[in-house]
Amino acid sequence: MDGTIATSELMKSGAEALLRALTAQGVDTIFGYPGGAVLPIYDAIFQQNEIKHILVRHEQAAVHAAEGYARSTGKVGVVLVTSGPGATNAVTGLVDALMDSIPIVCLTGQVPTHLIGNDAFQEADTTGITRQATKHNYLVKRSDDLVRIVHEAFQVARTGRPGPVLVDLPKDILINPAPYREPGNQPHRSYRPRTEPDPAKIKEAVALLKRAQRPVVYAGGGVINAGPEASKLLTEFVRLTGFPCTNTLMGLGAYPASDPQFLGMLGMHGTYEANLAMHDCDVMLNLGARFDDRVTGRLNAFSPGSKKIHADIDPANINKSVVVDVAIVGDALATLKALIAAWKADSTRQDKSAMAQWWAQIDLWRAKQSLRYTQNRDPGSIIKPQYAIEQLYKATRGRETYVTTEVGQHQMWAAQYFKFEKPNHWMTSGGLGTMGYGLPAAMGVQVAHPDALVVDIAGEASTLMNIQEMGTLAQYRLPVKIFILNNHYMGMVRQWQELLHGSRYSSSYSEALPDFVKLAESFHAVGLRAEKVEDLDRVIAEMIAVDKPVIADICVDEMENVFPMIPSGAAHNQMLLGPEHKTNGQPGVTDAGLALV
Amino acid sequence: MANNDLRSATISVLVENESGVLARVIGLFSGRGYNIDSLTVAPVERDGSKSRITVVTQGTEMVIEQIKAQLDRLVPVYKVLDLTEGPHLSRELALIKVIGTGEKRAEALRLADAFRARVIDATTESFTFELTGATDKLDAFLDLMRPLGLAEVSRTGVAAIARGLKTIG
Repeated sequence: MDGTIATSELMKSGAEALLRALTAQGVDTIFGYPGGAVLPIYDAIFQQNEIKHILVRHEQAAVHAAEGYARSTGKVGVVLVTSGPGATNAVTGLVDALMDSIPIVCLTGQVPTHLIGNDAFQEADTTGITRQATKHNYLVKRSDDLVRIVHEAFQVARTGRPGPVLVDLPKDILINPAPYREPGNQPHRSYRPRTEPDPAKIKEAVALLKRAQRPVVYAGGGVINAGPEASKLLTEFVRLTGFPCTNTLMGLGAYPASDPQFLGMLGMHGTYEANLAMHDCDVMLNLGARFDDRVTGRLNAFSPGSKKIHADIDPANINKSVVVDVAIVGDALATLKALIAAWKADSTRQDKSAMAQWWAQIDLWRAKQSLRYTQNRDPGSIIKPQYAIEQLYKATRGRETYVTTEVGQHQMWAAQYFKFEKPNHWMTSGGLGTMGYGLPAAMGVQVAHPDALVVDIAGEASTLMNIQEMGTLAQYRLPVKIFILNNHYMGMVRQWQELLHGSRYSSSYSEALPDFVKLAESFHAVGLRAEKVEDLDRVIAEMIAVDKPVIADICVDEMENVFPMIPSGAAHNQMLLGPEHKTNGQPGVTDAGLALV
Repeated sequence: MANNDLRSATISVLVENESGVLARVIGLFSGRGYNIDSLTVAPVERDGSKSRITVVTQGTEMVIEQIKAQLDRLVPVYKVLDLTEGPHLSRELALIKVIGTGEKRAEALRLADAFRARVIDATTESFTFELTGATDKLDAFLDLMRPLGLAEVSRTGVAAIARGLKTIG
């Protein structure tokens, strides 16, 4: 009975009780796909007006759409799919949400309880298959438990470190009457995530930070997940301290990109100044990031001389790969509040001359201009992908713009060249690296923000992985813009093959591509193409102006690589710079590095 | 923390007694590449609402800390207690079948007596012993039985509890 109050009302069917519970949880949108086992829910949806159902074209896309919805609103995204193949198709999306800590409730149909284990038609062991793909999952075996479990699923999905929660619903549970109870506010029996940081640890952290001579703040997706207020406080804290700040791929937007204290993204394709500041700092403050292998490079050479403070809501992230000196377990918002208060209360004077020297050093690194590239503006010139992103960014500035991406080179260029000033406007598959994420995620964002400009920065290979969702865009008149940097290659695969596998381009050429303009038209959308540099701005302007879904096929330089790059197995200070930089050394990849992917 | 020596850890986990909870724990160990040397599980509350899992594992200090943190974040987990951090008792039970005749059979019985193993079944050609004790005691007894006709072993795995007033609750 935990989590609910005792008084209950018997509903005509489990499906109706379910919808009532969803409404009580504030759900206004479900992304789903029907099938035999969930027909009772679809029947109940048909007979009400409070919850809108968006019919996707593939269950994986339903989860990504719910992720886009969740990440752009801060609410829990809801998915509804049928048993068997419906559930297995959703698995990639669930793991994606698990890796990136996105709150999702996924409702799956199941065969009736008496048929479970019988190899029934469209039966799969969904809770077994998704046990390691979710934060938690449930199989509802008794009508009495249905509503309690649904309320609990939302609580687990959105609290602590957020994540996907799956509720498996046998068909008889959906058909039989079930009691409805309002969500209560009793704490969960066993699940009690810690959100308030330990004041002693905060004090210890501030003592280190006050005396820092070469500090850096490294903030990740945990700050975004803690809500927009946490991003405001991060900005306040960084300005208060005068420290440089870098963001992870997941953290972009947590700190305003235009701010002079921002060093850009760090990691494998991060800026020279961000990575060298991480390498050479004496005190590092990690807020809501998890020392991912794409961030640290070679672990035994990662920031060798620094004291490390790690604030994370998940205790399992602390001392997982990098041993830290001060561990703070708590929500990023509560942690930032406490840090700001403790900073103000601690009267220790900062070493201003050391800080000035540190900034002078950072300015020298910045002067490298590690993101420099050359775009030939003569008519007929080929478009550089970096230039395409910069022009897109310029054309969208001043608008409410949300950006999603697929996975690969275009994703890294988007992270490097598109500037995010606010949280919740950047959705990318960071942990799992799921090609095909961007289009359905953009769909989810557009559903939540009908009047905003939503752009999926895509590659021609990734976007084909969920291209069927063009149908969904058409059906619901969602004017998502798919901005394809088309280089006829799985660009990141090709780049690695060039740098690490002797330019043997094994299976990375995008053979037999569709004509994206015609493809768009066949899905009732607008297709545009930019072949030369002089076409680019016109195509971008038209793409933004059209009030319909658009595919903009931007033909870019096929051989362009993403730089800077820290090869796998290398340290932050062994970064490769682009061809613009004469000091570009040989790729220092060891055999051990090659195995790191 | 930078200590790379392996150590053995006996960890007790108090969990909600619901379907799938053992699979969650085992899946965590296999999915993240941790070792399981022994694992026992049974309900421990009178109403059957909670079970206690005792797992014996090995790893560096950093890995063992990870295992405890990963176990603790599972939704149906109430409490994780590393018994190896303090004085504790651990016991295993084994059922051991020894087949043989003549002097070997007599020797097996004498040794069983020395180890305080109980004879719970016998035929003219076999004994089945029940032996309780710490893991190393059971291992030592089995080593002695091997040349005397050891035919089959069934072990429960380790159950453990802290010494003194300390409890898991």
